[in-house]
Amino acid sequence: MEQFFQQLTNGLAIGGIYALIALGYTMVYGVLRLINFAHGDLFTIGAYLGLTLLTSLALTEHLSGFLGVGLLALMVMGLVSLIGILLERIAYRPLRESHRLSAVVSALGASIFFQNAIMLIYGAKYYVYPQNLLPNTPIFILGMPIPLMRILILLASILMMIALYLFVQKTRIGTAIRATAIDQAAARLMGIDVNRVIMIVFCIGPALGGAAGMMVGIYYGQINFTMGWIYGLKAFTAAILGGIGNIPGAMLGGLLLGVIESLSSAYISMAWKDAIAFVVLILILIVRPTGLLGERVAEKI
Amino acid sequence: MLLDIRDLHVRYGNVEVLHGVSLQVAEGEIVTLLGANGAGKSTTLLSISGLVRSFGGEIIFDGRALHKLPAHEIVHAGISQAPEGRRVFGTLTVEENINLGAFISRDKEKTAQTRRWIYELFPRLAERRKQLAGTLSGGEQQMLAIGRALMSNPKLLLLDEPSLGLAPLLVRAIFDTIKTINTAGVTVVLVEQNARAALKLAHRGYVLEVGRIILQGRAEDLLSNSQVRNAYLGGA
Repeated sequence: MEQFFQQLTNGLAIGGIYALIALGYTMVYGVLRLINFAHGDLFTIGAYLGLTLLTSLALTEHLSGFLGVGLLALMVMGLVSLIGILLERIAYRPLRESHRLSAVVSALGASIFFQNAIMLIYGAKYYVYPQNLLPNTPIFILGMPIPLMRILILLASILMMIALYLFVQKTRIGTAIRATAIDQAAARLMGIDVNRVIMIVFCIGPALGGAAGMMVGIYYGQINFTMGWIYGLKAFTAAILGGIGNIPGAMLGGLLLGVIESLSSAYISMAWKDAIAFVVLILILIVRPTGLLGERVAEKI
Repeated sequence: MLLDIRDLHVRYGNVEVLHGVSLQVAEGEIVTLLGANGAGKSTTLLSISGLVRSFGGEIIFDGRALHKLPAHEIVHAGISQAPEGRRVFGTLTVEENINLGAFISRDKEKTAQTRRWIYELFPRLAERRKQLAGTLSGGEQQMLAIGRALMSNPKLLLLDEPSLGLAPLLVRAIFDTIKTINTAGVTVVLVEQNARAALKLAHRGYVLEVGRIILQGRAEDLLSNSQVRNAYLGGA
């Protein structure tokens, strides 16, 4: 029971991180019908920028732990979203009118570019995040000790998801994003500047991805320039699991994938956890090709 | 002239589909564009709205050159369109669709006023405001498309085949509403296959054939024109 609960909370924390990354895939797919293969690398950039800012600004020494890390996370999100906007301008916008496959190839190219750029700047080695950024005392839930960090990661990702959901559902810009995802031409007839909507999506997605990168750095303590590949793949899986283009789907898919992975590595086999995650994906796609929420919540984005 | 199109050329890829269309619309008019499938009626409307780029010629609206503006700024200039096939946002509610029509409007009071007017014009929409637009009937979706287009308080309303696929009784109702909208001061350009109904409603008309205007004139003259009668009014 104790092990199950530990694995469940661990899975939820990792799942929250997957969900944040998956949101970036799903939102870009929603408005552009493009899989942004460079998204995993934006996540890596978030992890590295977080590390650089942590060590060079020493914010956490001047401010108390939580405030320092929070401020830092905001800075990282801002910087990564800037890179996201540039990525769209340079790699995707010039190809907007051409065949869809061209943009996909461009996305793969951007991914390779980012990965090599990080390697050139930081070197091809593992980096270690400063430890004890935040007090990591266990919190007792139902008599079982849960690391505080795990709870914070889960809370932070859930907060960001709620904020995003409210933004998309309740605000004027959010409605414009949904309209653009449903029918771009009709959205333009409403006076919506579709280029601006796409820019906003390329601001939000990378910001969430960058934050997720920093969370991985803090949670696991170790980062590397290729980490975006496997996290990107997992988050992409999560987005498809939930129904690509669907925001609640990405959240559900991410959390579910995290839990499945965590439980299967505890009860089946650690070495097989990636394989099990992808087998689950294949099974769900066979039974429900549109993903879990793909049809029921018909709204795409 | 409110709208002045001069020598408009449009190409899809290498194929030219409009070979120099010129037409004028004065303020307060209902002008109808008639023609068979593929004559270029919808293309003309799409170029006015900026969804299709012209290859040559000019579109002047209220003294501004529209053919250089992106689509969303054309809405700001005072033109909105209920496009072919209605194109309502099916997975949004009726009310969300209506509100999207007022996307460019910053004046909440004015928007609320326009919304009340639209719900008066189309009481069915008011009844179904919480329903998803995709679950409406064809006629209701057409009402929604027109209502949504009116939410930006346009000077010029472009309607592309509002009668398509509707029962005759509903067509009558929609056409009556177009008349009401026009009387309220909105200039209308109406693309129609239903030539007789369109000409009865409109002040003037243009007849397009494979990308060219072949006839134009007052609606009652076109109604009695033998060429129009043979080609578009079933020869009666």
